[in-house]
Amino acid sequence: MSPERRQSFAATVWLVTRKDLIIEFRSREVVYTTLFFAVACVLIFAFGFVREGVAVDDAAAGILWIAIAFSGTLALGRTFERERQNDTLRALMLTPMDRPALYVGKLTGVLLLLAVVEAIVTPLIALMFHAPLFAFPVWIASLLAAGTLGFAAVGTLFAGMLVRARSRDVLLPILLYPITIPVIIAGVRGTAVLLQPEANLPVARMWLSILVFFDVVFITLALWTFEPAMTE
Amino acid sequence: MRKLFLPLLIMTAAMFAYAPVAIQNAPYESTMGLVQKIFYFHVPSWFAMFSATAVCGMAGAVYLFTGRKDADRIAVSAAELAVVFGLMGLLTGPLWGRKAWGVWWQWDARLTSALVMWLVFVAYLLLRKYGGAGSEKLSAVLALFGMANVPFVYLSVNLWRTVHPKTSVVMTLEPDMGRPFLLSTLAFLALFVLVLAARVRLENTRAALDDVYLSLED
Amino acid sequence: MRRATSFVVCLLFLAMFAVAVMAQQPPQPPEGFVPAASVQGQEQLPAAPLVITAYSVVWLLVFGYLWSIWRRIARTEHDLAEVTRRIAGAQRR
Repeated sequence: MSPERRQSFAATVWLVTRKDLIIEFRSREVVYTTLFFAVACVLIFAFGFVREGVAVDDAAAGILWIAIAFSGTLALGRTFERERQNDTLRALMLTPMDRPALYVGKLTGVLLLLAVVEAIVTPLIALMFHAPLFAFPVWIASLLAAGTLGFAAVGTLFAGMLVRARSRDVLLPILLYPITIPVIIAGVRGTAVLLQPEANLPVARMWLSILVFFDVVFITLALWTFEPAMTE
Repeated sequence: MRKLFLPLLIMTAAMFAYAPVAIQNAPYESTMGLVQKIFYFHVPSWFAMFSATAVCGMAGAVYLFTGRKDADRIAVSAAELAVVFGLMGLLTGPLWGRKAWGVWWQWDARLTSALVMWLVFVAYLLLRKYGGAGSEKLSAVLALFGMANVPFVYLSVNLWRTVHPKTSVVMTLEPDMGRPFLLSTLAFLALFVLVLAARVRLENTRAALDDVYLSLED
Repeated sequence: MRRATSFVVCLLFLAMFAVAVMAQQPPQPPEGFVPAASVQGQEQLPAAPLVITAYSVVWLLVFGYLWSIWRRIARTEHDLAEVTRRIAGAQRR
């Protein structure tokens, strides 16, 4: 790709992301509601998995990723609902931009949102479950990044596809969860082995590479199918 | 194509008629005994399921990128078959596992990933049924993502230590077991083709009905 | 012709089912399956019901699904004939 076209792709991505961020910054609706929902998730699961005041083993890793999955689904739905309400999605599709750039722009917005949520939920879980989530900060951050990327990559595509569909609210989780279960499994197992008393770094590395593999596959597939899926 | 239907039907019927005899005559496996004979239709059901997912994914991709309606009809038929054959595999597996492992279900890599694959195609059918207009394209995308899981499912038993038998078991079957297995596999794949043809016929008939309704509106 | 074909097919499938049931009859005691001496009082699961159930599941699913396809085709073709007839009737008028 020539430097000019590459510039234009990145510029387009930034335009789309910036638009979402500005809207979000003005109302802060999605970030507050998603954050609250994530915290509520953690609390509900905490009550479910705590026995005699102590959390069940490995509960922290599982609860972290469940909170990400559930609040992520909510955030994805809300982000695209915004586009549907004023039919701005059609306007976006009509502008002469690279479709993949639109996808990447939306994806970046969702990732930033989830990053904020995770930045708050992770210490919360570390506190409530006495989980040493900051013993290996780089590893945990990498796992969270790779896992969230995989989840959001599929989620952004599906949420965008479903904007005009009937029963879209219930269909998003139905479609998203089976596809992203391997990502969640890898995230949970990777995090869990790091939270053990003797952390198992080679196993964590294996799960991290699986996450990266899924990221590559999912993003490639998403970029490939975004345009035909979104055009009527 | 039509002309192949009846000969294939008769051949399949014959294979299915002979298969129980062949299975009965196959030697017992040393550690699992009689219950291992479920292998002869458990594994072929999953082969049929994988074929169905492959057909669904490829037909969906063709529909997504060319807009050909007949590709979409094949895709939705194959998805339904994937669910049916997957259900067969998911029911026969635990029946075998109950005796061989002592438990009905294990959350090991192969079982989990196979269940997830099946769920993807159940989700496909739900999307087609309740997604309204435009769900043909969405389901094609879903099928493609589902197919990305297939190598994962297949190789999971080789990559991780699981209770499920490895894929090399099939390659190293001795001839007395290999022959009935081959027969069962061929029978199931032939059955898959036949049932797919029948299901596609249903879709074609529905499309003809829709066309008639549409022409009414003109 | 189609009816005759379906009838033959049904007979063939019934024959297969009969052969299958007869083939399952007395299972020989499996050689090589030696229970460990240390296992005491643990009941060994009889394998035959599991195998028969698995077999039946396969047959039921295959037949059930084929029957479901048949029924749906019949219903759609009925609707198609009905609508075509109505159009022809309306056009004649």
